Amino acid sequence: MEATTALTKATATPTFLARLARFWHKNKYAWLFLLPWFIGLIILDVIPIISSLYLSFTNFDLLTTGSWVGAQNYVHMFTQNPRYIKALSVTFRYVLLGVPLQLLMALTLAMILNRGLPGLAIFRAAFYLPSLMGGSVAIAILWRRIFGSDGVVNQLLAFLGFHMSPPISWVSHPSYNLYTLILLLIWAFGSPMIIFLAGLKQIPQEMYEAAAIDGASHLHSLRHITLPMLTPIIFFNLIMQIISAFQAFTPAFIIGGGSSGGPLDSILFYTLYLYFLGFVEFRMGYASAMAWVLLVIIAVFTAIAFLSSGKWVYYAE
Amino acid sequence: MTRFSRVQTVILLAIVLAGTFITLFPLWWLLVSSFTPEKLIFVQSGFWPTQFTLDNYLTGWKGATRVTFGTYFVNSFIVVGLRVVGTVISAAMTGYAFARLDFAGKKILFSIMLLLMMLPFHVTLIPRYILFYKIGWVDSYKPLIVPAFLATQGFFIFLFVQFIRGLPRELDQAATVDGCSPVDIFWRIVMPLCAPAVVTAAIFTFIWSWNDFFSNLIYISNPKKYTVALGLRAFVDSSSGAAFGALFAMSVLSLVPIVIFFISAQRLLIEGISTTGLKG
Repeated sequence: MEATTALTKATATPTFLARLARFWHKNKYAWLFLLPWFIGLIILDVIPIISSLYLSFTNFDLLTTGSWVGAQNYVHMFTQNPRYIKALSVTFRYVLLGVPLQLLMALTLAMILNRGLPGLAIFRAAFYLPSLMGGSVAIAILWRRIFGSDGVVNQLLAFLGFHMSPPISWVSHPSYNLYTLILLLIWAFGSPMIIFLAGLKQIPQEMYEAAAIDGASHLHSLRHITLPMLTPIIFFNLIMQIISAFQAFTPAFIIGGGSSGGPLDSILFYTLYLYFLGFVEFRMGYASAMAWVLLVIIAVFTAIAFLSSGKWVYYAE
Repeated sequence: MTRFSRVQTVILLAIVLAGTFITLFPLWWLLVSSFTPEKLIFVQSGFWPTQFTLDNYLTGWKGATRVTFGTYFVNSFIVVGLRVVGTVISAAMTGYAFARLDFAGKKILFSIMLLLMMLPFHVTLIPRYILFYKIGWVDSYKPLIVPAFLATQGFFIFLFVQFIRGLPRELDQAATVDGCSPVDIFWRIVMPLCAPAVVTAAIFTFIWSWNDFFSNLIYISNPKKYTVALGLRAFVDSSSGAAFGALFAMSVLSLVPIVIFFISAQRLLIEGISTTGLKG
Protein backbone atom coordinates (compact mmCIF):
# COMPACT_ATOMS: atom_id res chain seq x y z
CA MET A 1 0.00 0.00 0.00
CA GLU A 2 2.68 2.39 1.10
CA ALA A 3 4.79 1.34 -1.79
CA THR A 4 2.09 2.16 -4.32
CA THR A 5 1.49 5.64 -2.87
CA ALA A 6 5.19 6.31 -2.99
CA LEU A 7 5.22 5.12 -6.56
CA THR A 8 2.29 7.35 -7.49
CA LYS A 9 3.97 10.28 -5.78
CA ALA A 10 7.15 9.63 -7.66
CA THR A 11 5.47 9.54 -11.02
CA ALA A 12 2.78 12.14 -10.32
CA THR A 13 5.09 15.14 -10.59
CA PRO A 14 6.66 14.28 -13.93
CA THR A 15 3.29 13.24 -15.35
CA PHE A 16 1.79 16.52 -14.31
CA LEU A 17 4.72 18.43 -15.74
CA ALA A 18 4.62 16.37 -18.86
CA ARG A 19 0.93 17.02 -19.19
CA LEU A 20 1.52 20.71 -18.67
CA ALA A 21 4.27 20.67 -21.26
CA ARG A 22 2.03 18.83 -23.67
CA PHE A 23 -0.77 21.29 -22.96
CA TRP A 24 1.60 24.20 -23.60
CA HIS A 25 2.98 22.60 -26.71
CA LYS A 26 -0.48 21.97 -28.07
CA ASN A 27 -1.90 25.40 -27.21
CA LYS A 28 0.99 27.85 -27.46
CA TYR A 29 0.46 28.86 -31.07
CA ALA A 30 -3.28 29.24 -30.64
CA TRP A 31 -2.71 31.48 -27.63
CA LEU A 32 -0.14 33.49 -29.52
CA PHE A 33 -2.63 34.16 -32.29
CA LEU A 34 -5.46 34.82 -29.86
CA LEU A 35 -3.47 37.16 -27.63
CA PRO A 36 -4.55 40.54 -29.09
CA TRP A 37 -8.18 39.48 -29.15
CA PHE A 38 -7.98 38.05 -25.65
CA ILE A 39 -6.42 41.23 -24.21
CA GLY A 40 -9.19 43.23 -25.87
CA LEU A 41 -11.79 40.79 -24.59
CA ILE A 42 -10.68 41.22 -20.98
CA ILE A 43 -9.77 44.93 -20.89
CA LEU A 44 -12.32 46.35 -23.34
CA ASP A 45 -15.24 43.96 -22.90
CA VAL A 46 -15.34 41.76 -19.80
CA ILE A 47 -14.12 44.31 -17.24
CA PRO A 48 -16.17 47.16 -18.78
CA ILE A 49 -19.32 45.01 -18.82
CA ILE A 50 -18.94 44.25 -15.11
CA SER A 51 -18.01 47.86 -14.29
CA SER A 52 -20.92 49.25 -16.22
CA LEU A 53 -23.34 46.97 -14.37
CA TYR A 54 -21.84 48.18 -11.08
CA LEU A 55 -21.89 51.85 -12.16
CA SER A 56 -25.55 51.57 -13.04
CA PHE A 57 -26.28 51.19 -9.32
CA THR A 58 -24.26 54.32 -8.40
CA ASN A 59 -24.46 58.06 -9.05
CA PHE A 60 -20.92 58.19 -10.48
CA ASP A 61 -20.23 61.40 -12.46
CA LEU A 62 -16.50 61.21 -13.43
CA LEU A 63 -15.58 64.07 -11.05
CA THR A 64 -16.56 62.51 -7.73
CA THR A 65 -16.24 58.83 -6.85
CA GLY A 66 -19.99 58.41 -6.59
CA SER A 67 -21.88 56.26 -4.17
CA TRP A 68 -24.12 53.21 -4.24
CA VAL A 69 -27.74 54.19 -4.81
CA GLY A 70 -29.25 50.77 -5.29
CA ALA A 71 -31.87 50.49 -8.03
CA GLN A 72 -32.64 54.21 -7.84
CA ASN A 73 -31.46 55.00 -11.40
CA TYR A 74 -33.66 52.27 -12.83
CA VAL A 75 -36.67 53.22 -10.73
CA HIS A 76 -36.25 56.91 -11.51
CA MET A 77 -36.13 56.50 -15.28
CA PHE A 78 -39.38 54.57 -15.43
CA THR A 79 -41.35 56.46 -12.80
CA GLN A 80 -40.09 60.03 -12.58
CA ASN A 81 -38.39 60.84 -15.86
CA PRO A 82 -40.84 61.85 -18.61
CA ARG A 83 -37.93 62.63 -20.99
CA TYR A 84 -36.76 59.02 -20.69
CA ILE A 85 -40.24 57.71 -21.43
CA LYS A 86 -40.39 60.08 -24.41
CA ALA A 87 -37.01 58.76 -25.65
CA LEU A 88 -38.33 55.20 -25.35
CA SER A 89 -41.49 56.00 -27.27
CA VAL A 90 -39.63 57.89 -30.04
CA THR A 91 -37.14 55.03 -30.45
CA PHE A 92 -39.83 52.33 -30.46
CA ARG A 93 -41.81 54.17 -33.12
CA TYR A 94 -38.65 54.59 -35.19
CA VAL A 95 -37.71 50.91 -34.94
CA LEU A 96 -41.18 49.35 -35.20
CA LEU A 97 -42.22 51.47 -38.18
CA GLY A 98 -38.86 51.99 -39.87
CA VAL A 99 -37.41 48.47 -39.83
CA PRO A 100 -40.46 46.63 -41.30
CA LEU A 101 -40.84 49.28 -44.02
CA GLN A 102 -37.14 49.12 -44.82
CA LEU A 103 -37.22 45.32 -45.05
CA LEU A 104 -40.40 45.39 -47.16
CA MET A 105 -38.67 47.76 -49.57
CA ALA A 106 -35.53 45.58 -49.60
CA LEU A 107 -37.53 42.38 -50.16
CA THR A 108 -39.73 43.83 -52.91
CA LEU A 109 -36.81 45.20 -54.90
CA ALA A 110 -34.74 42.05 -54.38
CA MET A 111 -37.61 39.95 -55.78
CA ILE A 112 -38.04 42.26 -58.76
CA LEU A 113 -34.30 42.34 -59.48
CA ASN A 114 -34.11 38.56 -59.17
CA ARG A 115 -36.54 38.21 -62.10
CA GLY A 116 -33.61 38.43 -64.48
CA LEU A 117 -34.17 42.07 -65.43
CA PRO A 118 -31.58 43.59 -67.76
CA GLY A 119 -28.98 45.76 -66.00
CA LEU A 120 -29.17 43.91 -62.68
CA ALA A 121 -25.62 44.88 -61.66
CA ILE A 122 -26.26 48.59 -62.21
CA PHE A 123 -29.54 48.66 -60.29
CA ARG A 124 -28.08 46.60 -57.49
CA ALA A 125 -25.18 49.04 -57.19
CA ALA A 126 -27.49 52.07 -57.27
CA PHE A 127 -29.64 50.67 -54.47
CA TYR A 128 -26.69 49.54 -52.41
CA LEU A 129 -24.72 52.81 -52.43
CA PRO A 130 -27.03 54.75 -50.03
CA SER A 131 -26.75 52.07 -47.34
CA LEU A 132 -23.00 52.73 -47.15
CA MET A 133 -23.66 56.42 -46.49
CA GLY A 134 -26.92 56.43 -44.53
CA GLY A 135 -25.30 56.93 -41.12
CA SER A 136 -22.86 59.66 -42.15
CA VAL A 137 -22.86 63.30 -41.10
CA ALA A 138 -22.93 64.42 -44.75
CA ILE A 139 -26.19 62.59 -45.49
CA ALA A 140 -27.81 63.94 -42.31
CA ILE A 141 -26.86 67.46 -43.46
CA LEU A 142 -28.34 66.72 -46.87
CA TRP A 143 -31.55 65.40 -45.31
CA ARG A 144 -31.88 68.51 -43.20
CA ARG A 145 -31.86 70.63 -46.34
CA ILE A 146 -34.00 68.40 -48.54
CA PHE A 147 -36.80 68.37 -45.97
CA GLY A 148 -36.27 71.98 -44.83
CA SER A 149 -38.84 74.73 -45.39
CA ASP A 150 -37.20 75.84 -48.66
CA GLY A 151 -35.97 72.33 -49.49
CA VAL A 152 -36.46 70.33 -52.61
CA VAL A 153 -39.36 68.31 -51.14
CA ASN A 154 -41.44 71.45 -50.70
CA GLN A 155 -40.41 72.64 -54.17
CA LEU A 156 -41.67 69.35 -55.53
CA LEU A 157 -44.94 69.61 -53.58
CA ALA A 158 -45.43 73.17 -54.87
CA PHE A 159 -44.75 71.93 -58.40
CA LEU A 160 -47.48 69.32 -57.89
CA GLY A 161 -49.87 72.04 -56.72
CA PHE A 162 -49.56 71.73 -52.93
CA HIS A 163 -48.70 75.25 -51.84
CA MET A 164 -48.21 75.83 -48.13
CA SER A 165 -47.88 79.23 -46.57
CA PRO A 166 -45.70 79.38 -44.68
CA PRO A 167 -43.99 76.25 -46.00
CA ILE A 168 -43.51 73.50 -43.39
CA SER A 169 -40.00 72.56 -42.38
CA TRP A 170 -40.41 68.78 -42.18
CA VAL A 171 -37.18 68.31 -40.22
CA SER A 172 -38.06 70.75 -37.46
CA HIS A 173 -41.81 70.16 -37.11
CA PRO A 174 -42.42 67.97 -34.03
CA SER A 175 -45.16 65.98 -35.77
CA TYR A 176 -43.16 65.13 -38.88
CA ASN A 177 -39.43 65.13 -38.14
CA LEU A 178 -39.38 61.54 -36.88
CA TYR A 179 -40.84 60.45 -40.23
CA THR A 180 -38.02 62.13 -42.14
CA LEU A 181 -35.62 60.00 -40.06
CA ILE A 182 -37.68 56.90 -40.83
CA LEU A 183 -37.44 57.79 -44.53
CA LEU A 184 -33.67 58.00 -44.13
CA LEU A 185 -33.66 54.51 -42.58
CA ILE A 186 -35.77 53.16 -45.44
CA TRP A 187 -33.50 54.90 -47.97
CA ALA A 188 -30.61 52.76 -46.68
CA PHE A 189 -32.39 49.50 -47.63
CA GLY A 190 -29.54 48.34 -49.88
CA SER A 191 -27.64 46.06 -47.54
CA PRO A 192 -30.62 43.88 -46.47
CA MET A 193 -31.61 43.85 -50.16
CA ILE A 194 -28.25 42.34 -51.11
CA ILE A 195 -28.72 39.66 -48.44
CA PHE A 196 -32.24 38.92 -49.75
CA LEU A 197 -30.85 38.63 -53.30
CA ALA A 198 -28.27 36.12 -52.10
CA GLY A 199 -31.07 34.17 -50.40
CA LEU A 200 -33.26 34.21 -53.51
CA LYS A 201 -30.43 32.71 -55.55
CA GLN A 202 -30.38 29.72 -53.19
CA ILE A 203 -33.98 28.72 -53.95
CA PRO A 204 -33.88 25.72 -56.32
CA GLN A 205 -35.29 26.46 -59.79
CA GLU A 206 -37.00 23.06 -59.89
CA MET A 207 -39.48 24.21 -57.26
CA TYR A 208 -40.74 26.97 -59.54
CA GLU A 209 -40.73 24.69 -62.58
CA ALA A 210 -42.76 22.08 -60.71
CA ALA A 211 -45.18 24.76 -59.52
CA ALA A 212 -45.54 26.14 -63.05
CA ILE A 213 -46.35 22.67 -64.41
CA ASP A 214 -49.02 22.37 -61.73
CA GLY A 215 -50.47 25.64 -63.02
CA ALA A 216 -49.43 27.92 -60.14
CA SER A 217 -49.60 31.64 -60.80
CA HIS A 218 -46.82 34.10 -59.94
CA LEU A 219 -48.66 35.05 -56.77
CA HIS A 220 -49.01 31.41 -55.78
CA SER A 221 -45.29 30.79 -56.28
CA LEU A 222 -44.51 33.90 -54.29
CA ARG A 223 -46.83 32.94 -51.44
CA HIS A 224 -45.97 29.23 -51.27
CA ILE A 225 -42.35 29.00 -52.47
CA THR A 226 -40.44 32.28 -52.36
CA LEU A 227 -41.63 33.61 -49.01
CA PRO A 228 -41.37 30.34 -47.04
CA MET A 229 -37.91 29.64 -48.48
CA LEU A 230 -36.80 33.16 -47.59
CA THR A 231 -38.03 33.16 -44.00
CA PRO A 232 -34.58 32.33 -42.51
CA ILE A 233 -33.15 35.36 -44.34
CA ILE A 234 -36.07 37.57 -43.30
CA PHE A 235 -35.49 36.42 -39.74
CA PHE A 236 -31.77 37.23 -39.93
CA ASN A 237 -32.31 40.67 -41.50
CA LEU A 238 -35.03 41.49 -38.99
CA ILE A 239 -32.79 40.80 -36.00
CA MET A 240 -29.77 42.62 -37.44
CA GLN A 241 -31.75 45.69 -38.48
CA ILE A 242 -33.63 45.91 -35.18
CA ILE A 243 -30.34 45.79 -33.27
CA SER A 244 -28.79 48.49 -35.41
CA ALA A 245 -31.91 50.73 -35.54
CA PHE A 246 -32.14 50.81 -31.73
CA GLN A 247 -28.62 52.25 -31.73
CA ALA A 248 -29.16 54.97 -34.39
CA PHE A 249 -27.54 58.25 -33.37
CA THR A 250 -25.90 60.46 -36.00
CA PRO A 251 -28.97 61.45 -38.09
CA ALA A 252 -30.93 62.51 -35.00
CA PHE A 253 -27.91 64.36 -33.61
CA ILE A 254 -27.30 66.36 -36.80
CA ILE A 255 -30.95 66.92 -37.75
CA GLY A 256 -31.94 67.83 -34.20
CA GLY A 257 -28.98 70.22 -33.90
CA GLY A 258 -27.00 68.43 -31.16
CA SER A 259 -28.19 66.33 -28.27
CA SER A 260 -31.32 68.41 -27.62
CA GLY A 261 -33.66 65.92 -29.29
CA GLY A 262 -35.43 68.45 -31.51
CA PRO A 263 -38.56 70.46 -30.68
CA LEU A 264 -40.62 68.81 -27.88
CA ASP A 265 -38.01 66.03 -27.82
CA SER A 266 -39.68 64.71 -30.95
CA ILE A 267 -36.49 63.01 -32.19
CA LEU A 268 -34.91 62.27 -28.82
CA PHE A 269 -33.48 58.88 -29.77
CA TYR A 270 -32.53 56.56 -26.93
CA THR A 271 -28.81 56.82 -27.68
CA LEU A 272 -29.07 60.60 -28.03
CA TYR A 273 -30.48 60.87 -24.51
CA LEU A 274 -27.88 58.41 -23.23
CA TYR A 275 -25.15 60.57 -24.78
CA PHE A 276 -26.68 63.71 -23.29
CA LEU A 277 -26.80 62.25 -19.77
CA GLY A 278 -23.42 60.52 -19.94
CA PHE A 279 -21.26 62.99 -21.85
CA VAL A 280 -22.95 66.40 -21.50
CA GLU A 281 -24.19 66.14 -17.92
CA PHE A 282 -21.63 63.44 -16.97
CA ARG A 283 -24.28 61.45 -15.08
CA MET A 284 -22.45 58.27 -15.99
CA GLY A 285 -24.13 56.01 -13.46
CA TYR A 286 -27.54 56.91 -14.85
CA ALA A 287 -26.30 56.54 -18.43
CA SER A 288 -24.89 53.09 -17.61
CA ALA A 289 -28.29 52.07 -16.26
CA MET A 290 -29.81 53.26 -19.56
CA ALA A 291 -27.29 51.15 -21.47
CA TRP A 292 -28.34 48.05 -19.52
CA VAL A 293 -32.01 48.70 -20.18
CA LEU A 294 -31.14 49.05 -23.88
CA LEU A 295 -29.38 45.69 -23.73
CA VAL A 296 -32.44 44.13 -22.10
CA ILE A 297 -34.77 45.65 -24.72
CA ILE A 298 -32.62 44.34 -27.57
CA ALA A 299 -32.33 40.95 -25.87
CA VAL A 300 -36.13 40.76 -25.45
CA PHE A 301 -36.71 41.60 -29.12
CA THR A 302 -34.14 39.01 -30.17
CA ALA A 303 -35.69 36.43 -27.83
CA ILE A 304 -39.18 37.11 -29.21
CA ALA A 305 -37.85 36.67 -32.72
CA PHE A 306 -36.15 33.40 -31.79
CA LEU A 307 -39.07 32.00 -29.79
CA SER A 308 -41.58 32.87 -32.49
CA SER A 309 -39.29 31.60 -35.26
CA GLY A 310 -40.53 28.03 -34.84
CA LYS A 311 -43.95 29.23 -36.01
CA TRP A 312 -42.91 31.13 -39.11
CA VAL A 313 -39.32 30.37 -40.07
CA TYR A 314 -39.00 27.44 -42.43
CA TYR A 315 -35.72 25.54 -42.48
CA ALA A 316 -35.41 23.28 -45.51
CA GLU A 317 -33.65 20.02 -44.82
CA MET B 1 -38.54 30.72 -61.62
CA THR B 2 -41.45 31.47 -63.90
CA ARG B 3 -40.57 34.05 -66.53
CA PHE B 4 -42.60 37.19 -67.02
CA SER B 5 -44.21 38.31 -70.24
CA ARG B 6 -42.75 41.28 -72.10
CA VAL B 7 -45.41 43.66 -70.78
CA GLN B 8 -44.77 42.60 -67.19
CA THR B 9 -41.02 43.00 -67.67
CA VAL B 10 -41.54 46.54 -68.96
CA ILE B 11 -43.72 47.41 -65.97
CA LEU B 12 -41.19 45.97 -63.50
CA LEU B 13 -38.37 47.76 -65.26
CA ALA B 14 -40.30 51.02 -64.97
CA ILE B 15 -40.77 50.44 -61.23
CA VAL B 16 -37.08 49.71 -60.76
CA LEU B 17 -36.07 52.75 -62.81
CA ALA B 18 -38.36 54.97 -60.75
CA GLY B 19 -36.92 53.46 -57.57
CA THR B 20 -33.38 54.09 -58.76
CA PHE B 21 -34.26 57.67 -59.60
CA ILE B 22 -35.82 58.34 -56.18
CA THR B 23 -32.93 56.62 -54.38
CA LEU B 24 -30.18 58.46 -56.19
CA PHE B 25 -31.90 61.84 -56.50
CA PRO B 26 -30.82 63.15 -53.05
CA LEU B 27 -27.19 62.42 -53.89
CA TRP B 28 -27.52 64.03 -57.31
CA TRP B 29 -29.16 67.09 -55.76
CA LEU B 30 -26.29 67.39 -53.27
CA LEU B 31 -23.75 67.21 -56.08
CA VAL B 32 -25.54 69.77 -58.26
CA SER B 33 -26.08 72.16 -55.32
CA SER B 34 -22.43 72.00 -54.38
CA PHE B 35 -21.54 73.47 -57.79
CA THR B 36 -24.35 76.07 -57.79
CA PRO B 37 -23.82 79.69 -56.68
CA GLU B 38 -24.98 80.15 -53.10
CA LYS B 39 -27.97 82.40 -53.87
CA LEU B 40 -29.40 80.04 -56.49
CA ILE B 41 -29.31 76.76 -54.52
CA PHE B 42 -32.84 76.89 -53.16
CA VAL B 43 -34.26 78.70 -56.17
CA GLN B 44 -33.39 76.41 -59.03
CA SER B 45 -34.85 72.95 -59.55
CA GLY B 46 -31.77 70.98 -58.65
CA PHE B 47 -31.96 68.60 -61.59
CA TRP B 48 -29.31 70.36 -63.61
CA PRO B 49 -26.96 73.20 -62.67
CA THR B 50 -28.01 76.49 -64.29
CA GLN B 51 -24.75 78.18 -63.37
CA PHE B 52 -21.54 76.42 -62.52
CA THR B 53 -19.11 77.59 -59.84
CA LEU B 54 -16.28 76.22 -57.72
CA ASP B 55 -16.66 78.96 -55.09
CA ASN B 56 -18.40 76.67 -52.64
CA TYR B 57 -15.43 74.32 -52.63
CA LEU B 58 -12.98 77.17 -52.17
CA THR B 59 -14.87 78.77 -49.25
CA GLY B 60 -15.76 75.40 -47.73
CA TRP B 61 -12.18 74.14 -47.72
CA LYS B 62 -11.25 76.93 -45.29
CA GLY B 63 -13.51 75.30 -42.69
CA ALA B 64 -15.31 76.86 -39.77
CA THR B 65 -12.80 76.72 -36.93
CA ARG B 66 -9.70 78.31 -38.46
CA VAL B 67 -8.60 74.79 -39.34
CA THR B 68 -8.95 73.82 -43.00
CA PHE B 69 -10.63 70.72 -44.32
CA GLY B 70 -7.17 69.70 -45.50
CA THR B 71 -6.27 69.07 -41.85
CA TYR B 72 -9.52 67.19 -41.23
CA PHE B 73 -8.86 64.93 -44.20
CA VAL B 74 -5.30 64.21 -43.12
CA ASN B 75 -6.55 63.43 -39.58
CA SER B 76 -9.30 61.17 -40.88
CA PHE B 77 -6.92 59.27 -43.14
CA ILE B 78 -4.47 58.72 -40.25
CA VAL B 79 -7.17 57.44 -37.89
CA VAL B 80 -9.02 55.38 -40.47
CA GLY B 81 -5.81 54.02 -42.03
CA LEU B 82 -4.53 52.74 -38.68
CA ARG B 83 -7.93 51.31 -37.80
CA VAL B 84 -7.91 49.39 -41.08
CA VAL B 85 -4.41 48.00 -40.50
CA GLY B 86 -5.18 47.04 -36.90
CA THR B 87 -8.52 45.44 -37.67
CA VAL B 88 -7.23 43.38 -40.58
CA ILE B 89 -4.17 42.02 -38.77
CA SER B 90 -5.86 41.27 -35.45
CA ALA B 91 -9.06 39.86 -36.99
CA ALA B 92 -7.06 37.63 -39.37
CA MET B 93 -4.93 36.28 -36.52
CA THR B 94 -7.97 35.56 -34.36
CA GLY B 95 -9.89 34.12 -37.28
CA TYR B 96 -6.99 31.81 -38.12
CA ALA B 97 -6.80 30.51 -34.55
CA PHE B 98 -10.53 29.78 -34.46
CA ALA B 99 -10.64 28.25 -37.93
CA ARG B 100 -7.48 26.13 -37.95
CA LEU B 101 -5.87 25.61 -34.56
CA ASP B 102 -6.98 23.33 -31.74
CA PHE B 103 -6.85 24.64 -28.22
CA ALA B 104 -8.52 24.27 -24.85
CA GLY B 105 -11.68 26.33 -24.48
CA LYS B 106 -12.12 26.92 -28.20
CA LYS B 107 -15.87 26.34 -28.28
CA ILE B 108 -16.67 28.56 -25.35
CA LEU B 109 -14.40 31.38 -26.53
CA PHE B 110 -15.95 31.24 -29.98
CA SER B 111 -19.44 31.47 -28.47
CA ILE B 112 -18.34 34.45 -26.39
CA MET B 113 -17.02 36.13 -29.51
CA LEU B 114 -20.31 35.58 -31.37
CA LEU B 115 -22.34 36.74 -28.37
CA LEU B 116 -20.34 39.97 -28.10
CA MET B 117 -21.22 40.77 -31.71
CA MET B 118 -24.83 41.25 -30.58
CA LEU B 119 -23.93 43.44 -27.60
CA PRO B 120 -24.87 47.13 -28.02
CA PHE B 121 -21.62 49.05 -27.62
CA HIS B 122 -23.29 51.38 -25.10
CA VAL B 123 -22.87 48.72 -22.42
CA THR B 124 -19.07 49.03 -22.53
CA LEU B 125 -19.02 52.68 -23.61
CA ILE B 126 -18.83 54.42 -20.24
CA PRO B 127 -16.24 52.17 -18.51
CA ARG B 128 -14.09 52.35 -21.65
CA TYR B 129 -14.34 56.13 -21.58
CA ILE B 130 -13.43 56.21 -17.88
CA LEU B 131 -10.45 53.92 -18.57
CA PHE B 132 -9.16 56.08 -21.42
CA TYR B 133 -9.82 59.20 -19.36
CA LYS B 134 -7.83 57.86 -16.39
CA ILE B 135 -4.80 56.95 -18.52
CA GLY B 136 -4.90 60.33 -20.26
CA TRP B 137 -5.91 59.12 -23.72
CA VAL B 138 -8.96 61.37 -24.11
CA ASP B 139 -8.49 63.98 -26.85
CA SER B 140 -6.01 61.74 -28.63
CA TYR B 141 -6.58 59.19 -31.41
CA LYS B 142 -5.56 56.26 -29.21
CA PRO B 143 -9.10 55.38 -28.01
CA LEU B 144 -10.12 55.21 -31.68
CA ILE B 145 -7.10 53.23 -32.91
CA VAL B 146 -5.88 50.90 -30.15
CA PRO B 147 -9.14 48.88 -29.84
CA ALA B 148 -8.90 48.12 -33.57
CA PHE B 149 -5.58 46.34 -32.95
CA LEU B 150 -7.29 44.18 -30.30
CA ALA B 151 -9.85 42.67 -32.69
CA THR B 152 -12.83 44.27 -30.99
CA GLN B 153 -14.98 43.93 -34.14
CA GLY B 154 -16.35 40.40 -34.03
CA PHE B 155 -17.82 40.76 -37.51
CA PHE B 156 -14.39 40.70 -39.07
CA ILE B 157 -13.17 37.76 -37.00
CA PHE B 158 -16.24 35.92 -38.21
CA LEU B 159 -15.50 36.93 -41.80
CA PHE B 160 -11.97 35.48 -41.55
CA VAL B 161 -13.15 32.31 -39.78
CA GLN B 162 -15.65 31.67 -42.58
CA PHE B 163 -13.09 32.38 -45.27
CA ILE B 164 -10.23 30.34 -43.78
CA ARG B 165 -12.53 27.35 -43.18
CA GLY B 166 -13.14 27.34 -46.93
CA LEU B 167 -9.44 27.02 -47.78
CA PRO B 168 -8.15 23.50 -48.53
CA ARG B 169 -6.57 21.96 -45.42
CA GLU B 170 -4.13 19.90 -47.51
CA LEU B 171 -2.00 23.01 -47.96
CA ASP B 172 -1.36 23.52 -44.25
CA GLN B 173 -0.94 19.76 -43.74
CA ALA B 174 1.71 19.63 -46.46
CA ALA B 175 3.43 22.65 -44.93
CA THR B 176 3.36 21.04 -41.47
CA VAL B 177 4.97 17.91 -42.89
CA ASP B 178 7.66 20.15 -44.38
CA GLY B 179 8.30 21.50 -40.89
CA CYS B 180 6.45 24.83 -41.04
CA SER B 181 5.13 26.18 -37.73
CA PRO B 182 1.61 27.63 -37.55
CA VAL B 183 3.21 31.09 -37.69
CA ASP B 184 4.87 30.29 -41.03
CA ILE B 185 1.67 28.74 -42.31
CA PHE B 186 -0.28 31.85 -41.34
CA TRP B 187 2.07 34.30 -43.05
CA ARG B 188 3.13 32.25 -46.06
CA ILE B 189 0.02 30.27 -46.92
CA VAL B 190 -3.13 31.48 -45.24
CA MET B 191 -2.68 35.25 -45.52
CA PRO B 192 -1.84 35.25 -49.25
CA LEU B 193 -4.88 33.04 -49.92
CA CYS B 194 -7.00 35.33 -47.76
CA ALA B 195 -6.51 38.33 -50.04
CA PRO B 196 -10.24 38.67 -50.86
CA ALA B 197 -11.18 38.55 -47.16
CA VAL B 198 -8.43 41.05 -46.35
CA VAL B 199 -9.70 43.47 -48.98
CA THR B 200 -13.33 43.03 -47.87
CA ALA B 201 -12.48 43.60 -44.19
CA ALA B 202 -10.27 46.58 -45.09
CA ILE B 203 -12.97 48.25 -47.16
CA PHE B 204 -15.73 47.71 -44.62
CA THR B 205 -13.50 48.98 -41.81
CA PHE B 206 -12.61 51.97 -43.93
CA ILE B 207 -16.23 52.86 -44.65
CA TRP B 208 -17.46 52.31 -41.09
CA SER B 209 -14.57 54.22 -39.54
CA TRP B 210 -14.92 57.00 -42.08
CA ASN B 211 -18.61 57.38 -41.23
CA ASP B 212 -18.02 56.91 -37.50
CA PHE B 213 -19.17 60.04 -35.75
CA PHE B 214 -20.06 58.97 -32.23
CA SER B 215 -16.65 57.87 -30.92
CA ASN B 216 -14.99 60.87 -32.61
CA LEU B 217 -17.52 63.09 -30.86
CA ILE B 218 -16.87 61.75 -27.38
CA TYR B 219 -13.09 61.36 -27.58
CA ILE B 220 -11.86 64.31 -29.68
CA SER B 221 -12.37 67.91 -28.57
CA ASN B 222 -9.41 69.89 -29.97
CA PRO B 223 -10.44 71.38 -33.37
CA LYS B 224 -6.93 70.74 -34.71
CA LYS B 225 -7.53 67.02 -34.18
CA TYR B 226 -11.01 66.99 -35.74
CA THR B 227 -11.74 64.34 -38.31
CA VAL B 228 -13.89 65.08 -41.38
CA ALA B 229 -17.10 64.03 -39.59
CA LEU B 230 -16.40 66.43 -36.70
CA GLY B 231 -15.30 69.19 -39.06
CA LEU B 232 -18.59 68.93 -40.95
CA ARG B 233 -20.55 69.01 -37.72
CA ALA B 234 -18.66 72.14 -36.57
CA PHE B 235 -19.52 73.67 -39.93
CA VAL B 236 -23.24 72.95 -39.44
CA ASP B 237 -23.21 74.63 -36.05
CA SER B 238 -21.41 77.75 -37.25
CA SER B 239 -23.20 78.28 -40.54
CA SER B 240 -26.80 78.61 -39.41
CA GLY B 241 -28.58 80.14 -42.36
CA ALA B 242 -25.53 81.02 -44.43
CA ALA B 243 -22.93 79.20 -46.51
CA PHE B 244 -25.01 76.18 -47.47
CA GLY B 245 -23.13 75.90 -50.73
CA ALA B 246 -19.85 75.51 -48.85
CA LEU B 247 -21.42 73.00 -46.46
CA PHE B 248 -22.73 70.94 -49.39
CA ALA B 249 -19.37 71.09 -51.14
CA MET B 250 -17.59 69.69 -48.08
CA SER B 251 -20.32 67.07 -47.63
CA VAL B 252 -19.67 65.92 -51.19
CA LEU B 253 -15.93 65.74 -50.55
CA SER B 254 -16.54 63.72 -47.38
CA LEU B 255 -18.46 61.13 -49.41
CA VAL B 256 -15.89 60.86 -52.21
CA PRO B 257 -13.66 58.24 -50.49
CA ILE B 258 -16.71 56.03 -49.88
CA VAL B 259 -17.79 56.30 -53.52
CA ILE B 260 -14.27 55.51 -54.73
CA PHE B 261 -14.07 52.40 -52.56
CA PHE B 262 -17.57 51.42 -53.56
CA ILE B 263 -16.84 51.65 -57.27
CA SER B 264 -13.48 49.92 -57.10
CA ALA B 265 -14.53 47.04 -54.87
CA GLN B 266 -18.25 46.66 -55.43
CA ARG B 267 -18.12 42.95 -56.16
CA LEU B 268 -16.17 42.17 -52.97
CA LEU B 269 -18.49 44.35 -50.88
CA ILE B 270 -21.56 42.60 -52.22
CA GLU B 271 -20.05 39.14 -51.75
CA GLY B 272 -18.94 40.16 -48.27
CA ILE B 273 -22.42 40.99 -47.06
CA SER B 274 -24.02 38.15 -48.98
CA THR B 275 -21.90 35.54 -47.25
CA THR B 276 -21.56 36.91 -43.74
CA GLY B 277 -24.54 39.23 -43.49
CA LEU B 278 -22.42 42.21 -42.51
CA LYS B 279 -24.49 45.32 -42.10
CA GLY B 280 -23.72 47.96 -44.69
